[in-house]
Amino acid sequence: MTKKNEIILSVALVAAVFVVLTVLEQVLPSSSMLFVVLKKGAIYALVAVSMNLLNGFTGLFSLGQAGFMLIGAYTYAIFTIPMDARKAVYQYFDGGIINFTVPVPVAMIMAGLAAAAFAYLIGLPVLRLKSDYLAIATLGFAEIIRAIFQWDTLGPVTNGSNLLRKFPVFSSVTFPFTAAGICIAIIVLLINSSYGRAFKAIRDDDIAAEAMGINLAKHKQMAFNISSFFAGVGGALLAMYQTTVQAAAFKSAMTYEILLIVVIGGMGSVTGSCISSFLFIACSEWWLRFLDSETYIGSLKLPFLRSGFRKVVFSVIIMIIVLFYNRGIMGTREFSIGAVLQFFKKRTARSKREENAA
Amino acid sequence: MRENVLHMENITMQFGGVIAVNNLSIDVYEGEIVALIGPNGAGKTTAFNCITSVYEPTNGCVSFYGETIVSNHPQGKMKKLYTDQNSGLYPKVVSLTPDRITKRGIARTFQNIRLFKKLTVFENVLVAKHMRAKQNVFSATFRINYREERRMREETLALLEEQGLLKLKDELASSLPYGLQRRLEISRALATEPKLLMLDEPAAGMNPQETQELAEFIIQIKEKYDLTVLMIEHHMDLVMKISDRIYVLDFGKLIAHGTPAEVQKNQRVIDAYLGVAEDA
Repeated sequence: MTKKNEIILSVALVAAVFVVLTVLEQVLPSSSMLFVVLKKGAIYALVAVSMNLLNGFTGLFSLGQAGFMLIGAYTYAIFTIPMDARKAVYQYFDGGIINFTVPVPVAMIMAGLAAAAFAYLIGLPVLRLKSDYLAIATLGFAEIIRAIFQWDTLGPVTNGSNLLRKFPVFSSVTFPFTAAGICIAIIVLLINSSYGRAFKAIRDDDIAAEAMGINLAKHKQMAFNISSFFAGVGGALLAMYQTTVQAAAFKSAMTYEILLIVVIGGMGSVTGSCISSFLFIACSEWWLRFLDSETYIGSLKLPFLRSGFRKVVFSVIIMIIVLFYNRGIMGTREFSIGAVLQFFKKRTARSKREENAA
Repeated sequence: MRENVLHMENITMQFGGVIAVNNLSIDVYEGEIVALIGPNGAGKTTAFNCITSVYEPTNGCVSFYGETIVSNHPQGKMKKLYTDQNSGLYPKVVSLTPDRITKRGIARTFQNIRLFKKLTVFENVLVAKHMRAKQNVFSATFRINYREERRMREETLALLEEQGLLKLKDELASSLPYGLQRRLEISRALATEPKLLMLDEPAAGMNPQETQELAEFIIQIKEKYDLTVLMIEHHMDLVMKISDRIYVLDFGKLIAHGTPAEVQKNQRVIDAYLGVAEDA
């Protein structure tokens, strides 16, 4: 299969996805769980891919994703709440001190830039650390950020520990798909560029990478900033999805969820992260929900089914995946139409050969 | 006199109380093949690591084509531990990161092969081109640098063809047999466009036939790319055959240097390799 054909097929696939989404929106009621999964899944896919850029492609084990999402979500919310709604939102802080708003796309980019700026400052000391030490340092940072954003003194900007709300949100499922799609496409372009190869070289052997002329500090910092930029954009999208923002929601548990998505999808596979993101959200929000409600068949009460049991089952599933598929769904491979066609071609060829042999 | 490529002066590398390299001075001139030999643990690889800035030496300096690339004097707790003289000679501290050294034109291979295992053969060599490409992260991501990228790819393919690795270009580096991994590592080093090539035990684990081929290969790439070669090696037949000069280290100290013929006759070298009898 030529490269050109592959590009055409990919474009067709993207177009098909959007057609399907629009049709679904017309057909299904907007309260359908499917839309929850699609919206949240797209947002988590973006954040997971950005985390994968760091953990899977550059080999930096960072756990600061929730912190960067928080910065993104707040930046977006603070700069887009309409002027006439500010009085109500910042009711304890005299309407806040920010007296202007920016358009939504600008605010989303600002969200990314704010997260990247914080990442740059944190990266200066933290990126000298390796593996688990880096993980602990970034995790600690995310917790500190969460505490700072709830600080009363910063109230005129962040509204303290109160909710930020009334900022513009999306209703159509195509919006998060478009935004996340563009961001993921940029990350894929980066990964396939010369810099992406340098990142992978650092992951595989940092001493050799340095001996081949790759400046470790510069490239690690770059990966960290870019990953945080997209985490920030993801945070902005999440703010829109939730329609409210509160710092308390961006707990380290959120980072772990994203880490799980990355591990299940395969460290070093962008498509793996996307697929597992939708699966993960579907399981946690939809398919396994029935485990949480008490169910009767006739007069027989099914054992175990009660609030919280979903999490038990979920944990077991994750343990099974990590134990038996510890390279994730995709490993470091990527899903591509070309590869799928190749796979079926080979199968048909083999079955033909077997027929002939028989 | 040919131009001085590498000048190592009074390099001492001390890890706490252990002196791995002791007052080592080496000169390498343009177009030479110089070998660094010595029994295990003599400090040969440590000397390499000092040149390429993987380690910061305790004392001494290294210059490359006249430019100082490494210079240090004992600092902090090493001041007390350092017992040798010469510590006042190098007041300036020059400590570049290894990538800068590579950019100046020193490429190296490693004793225990360090390839990028999850990258293909092609990508392994292509990564080494990254350093000299005119691009930034923005132009690379949005393919504004496509001409540069194409040039890098073409040069890589040409290099692989020359090294006889073209057929294997889409294999994972870790799937290659041992001898080819060594060859790939040398190809990768060549891709950084070096002036000085430092080989750390290139013939380790090779049989006599392969060693023979390697000797020819080293001479061939030296001629072709106008290189100067500094190598660490244990295979004496290889060392004696291709090197112009030999430095012999034992317990971190230089015990002899000269042409292969001179070194072979040197009593201290024979003692170091064979051991000295107790009653002698």
